[in-house]
Amino acid sequence: MSQRQVLQVFEQYQRARSQFAQAVADFAARPQSIDTLRSAGVVCLLRPLLLDVVPSIRQTAALALGRLADYDVELAEAVVKAGILPQLICSLPEENRYYKKAAAFVLRAIAKHSPQLAQAIVQSGALGMLVICLEDFDPGVKEGASWAFGYIARHNPELSQAVVDAGAVPLLVLCIQEPEIALKRIAASTLSDISKHSPELAQTVVAAGAIAYLAQMIPNPDAKLKRQVLSALSQIAKHSVDLAELVVEAEIFPVVLTCLKDSDEYVKKNGATLIREIAKHTPELSQLIVNSGGVAAVIDCIGSCRGTVRLPGIMTLGYVAAHSENLSMAVIVSKGIPPLCVCLIEEHEDHIKAAAAWALGQIGRHTAEHARHVAVANVLPTLLDIFVDTCSSEDLKVKAKKALKNILQKCTYLPALEPLLHEAPPSIMKYIIGQYSKGPFPESFLLSYPAWKSQCGGGRQGKGHILSPC
Amino acid sequence: MAAASCGREQGASMAALARLQERLEGLREEYFLTNRAIDEDRKRKYKAAVKIQRWFRACRVQVCLRHLTKMVILIQKWWRGYLRRKHFREIVERAYFIKKLKFYNEMAVRIQKTWRGYYVRKYIHNFYALKKYLKAVSMNNEFVRHELQEYTEMKENEEKMKDLEKKDKEKKYQARKMHYLLSTKQIPGIYNSPLRKSPDPMELLLQKSKPLTHRKQPVKSPFADELYGWPTCKEPPAFVTSLPLLHADRRKPQGPFRDPAEVLRQRYKPLEPTLRARESMYSAPGKAREPTRREEWRNPIHDNEFLPFSSYHKNYEKYEPSLFKSDKYGQEAYGTKYFREVYPKKWIADKDFETLFPSIALFEKFGKTYSSTGQIV
Repeated sequence: MSQRQVLQVFEQYQRARSQFAQAVADFAARPQSIDTLRSAGVVCLLRPLLLDVVPSIRQTAALALGRLADYDVELAEAVVKAGILPQLICSLPEENRYYKKAAAFVLRAIAKHSPQLAQAIVQSGALGMLVICLEDFDPGVKEGASWAFGYIARHNPELSQAVVDAGAVPLLVLCIQEPEIALKRIAASTLSDISKHSPELAQTVVAAGAIAYLAQMIPNPDAKLKRQVLSALSQIAKHSVDLAELVVEAEIFPVVLTCLKDSDEYVKKNGATLIREIAKHTPELSQLIVNSGGVAAVIDCIGSCRGTVRLPGIMTLGYVAAHSENLSMAVIVSKGIPPLCVCLIEEHEDHIKAAAAWALGQIGRHTAEHARHVAVANVLPTLLDIFVDTCSSEDLKVKAKKALKNILQKCTYLPALEPLLHEAPPSIMKYIIGQYSKGPFPESFLLSYPAWKSQCGGGRQGKGHILSPC
Repeated sequence: MAAASCGREQGASMAALARLQERLEGLREEYFLTNRAIDEDRKRKYKAAVKIQRWFRACRVQVCLRHLTKMVILIQKWWRGYLRRKHFREIVERAYFIKKLKFYNEMAVRIQKTWRGYYVRKYIHNFYALKKYLKAVSMNNEFVRHELQEYTEMKENEEKMKDLEKKDKEKKYQARKMHYLLSTKQIPGIYNSPLRKSPDPMELLLQKSKPLTHRKQPVKSPFADELYGWPTCKEPPAFVTSLPLLHADRRKPQGPFRDPAEVLRQRYKPLEPTLRARESMYSAPGKAREPTRREEWRNPIHDNEFLPFSSYHKNYEKYEPSLFKSDKYGQEAYGTKYFREVYPKKWIADKDFETLFPSIALFEKFGKTYSSTGQIV
């Protein structure tokens, strides 16, 4: 009899503990009750439950701690200060997958707030344990571990290096090949966070063979996965010419162009970012993009989007046109100027307008022919308005002025310069008058003969080349 | 008479003497005056004489000098003329040479100008190639745009199909749930109003649908909720009191392994020899085959073996493989098929070295086909 009574006491205690852990976990899921929990000193009470005998109590306690740390920076710091981390990770290898998942959740909830907390996690030796979690068979555990790695690596290059040194990158590349979509997403986002800081980290990711798998996942129908994959590839490609060439060699063109037509806005944005990072390095890479029809796809993408999503596409056109006059002509021929004009007029954000002005300047600055195309599209009055407008930011004014200067110095199409004469401020006026002073151009005579225009369209371009002052 | 003459002479002389003595003072004065006059004149006369002599000597010298200068001038004139004529020839030659050089330079500039214009227009800034390229780019753009348009349409269609299917499924599920709303013979159902000409499509759907079976309510344990939230969690954690038992039928091991039954079947497959091998050499049919074999060996038509084609013996050479090149598994291909070992790990670069565009040979001779200015060839 007494044995049963003794066991009953223990059972009661166990039940009470599990109820407490469960209730705290439930309360922690609601934001309004967290302050009360904090003032009740919940962190110190949950700490011994982490070392409880019963596994489910351990799991629930870890889950509750994770939710608490997720909510607030101060709670996360309190969790770290209470010395939870060593206890969390000390017995991790022998635990079952639910505990591992809960522990990974806690680590990621702490790491996401600030670099100092992430540093505290690294110093407590959690990275080795997370790598063990990454080697686990359960996809949920792997997901939790790679998410934690992603949040740690996000903050600064040193933490990224710590993640790489722990040997996480090959395991992440294996995670990408797993069939579960959520795991692929998280692994791709972690690789993106690791490689964004420096070329050496990107090189490490590439050396693990990530590019081939990432490139294979571009045609995948899942939109969020595509976002992360494109973001990872663009973070790799942005650092140097060799990395960009490696990314291109993975045969992403023309598959990437289908991403520019996706229904998800951020997939389009990340796709345009990837193309931008490739185009900005050398003329050969830009040439490759033009030859594969990428410029047309980017232009259509700009036309169909609104807002910040357009920005990488605009910058792509600017970079492609900046490399050489042939590429600039290719951009013009692909009907690149009208969408840029529309951007200048329609957009409200100053940085997008500045990017559009810069791109137009790059297109029009090469020769008289290019300047003529830009001027004919009625861009110059818009640029002038932006430059003169008082509520434009400094950066926007500087870029508009530079674009105007570059285009005007090569513009020989006088009918387009006329409307500017009336309103231009002196700093712009000197360029306009400079163009007028260079004498009447044969183009202005030829333009008055429509028959000439149609007949010697090609010849006119040639003449313009030779006779216009460059 | 001499005395007389002498007297007369003495008298004359005495008279003369007296006259002379009269004139003596005056003579002295005269003598003094004439001496003074002569003294005074002497200087003047001396100067005049000097002057005359000087003039005369000067004339003589001048004549001499004039003669000399004339000679000198003559000599110098001829000498200078000679020198200048000599130099003039050199100047003329030089000017001629410079004129030739200028002409050659002009011509060379013309050639280079036309060549460079041609070269640049054909290869570097080839206008027509650029036009073709831009046209190709715009055609390619059209193609890409078309393809992308098709792709978006396809995607949209897929989305619409998915939506339609989902709605369809929803409807069917609703119909299955509400199967009891079907109209019976006595009572018309909701969807079969007598005022309508034909029954509602829902009615037809209800007719086709099978009623749902009863589902057992899943036992919800109190710990299940939060862990269901994770996408890959399948089962809730159980209240572990004892070690989990192994299942009776062991699950297949993970990996590309074949079915064990198949493997065992293959491993213990019985031997199936041919008819000829199945019979032993010493059985009756075996012994019956012996004489035919011996006869075949005895009576061939040819002694040589039958060659597969007519020129076989020409190409057939007895080749003995060397010991160095033969492996356990055959001959090594080194020495016959390839002669060079490649070590890709030692290569510096992944790609071959690229050849530069060869420079135009003609222009390397610039400045070397003829001498530079100033020095005569």
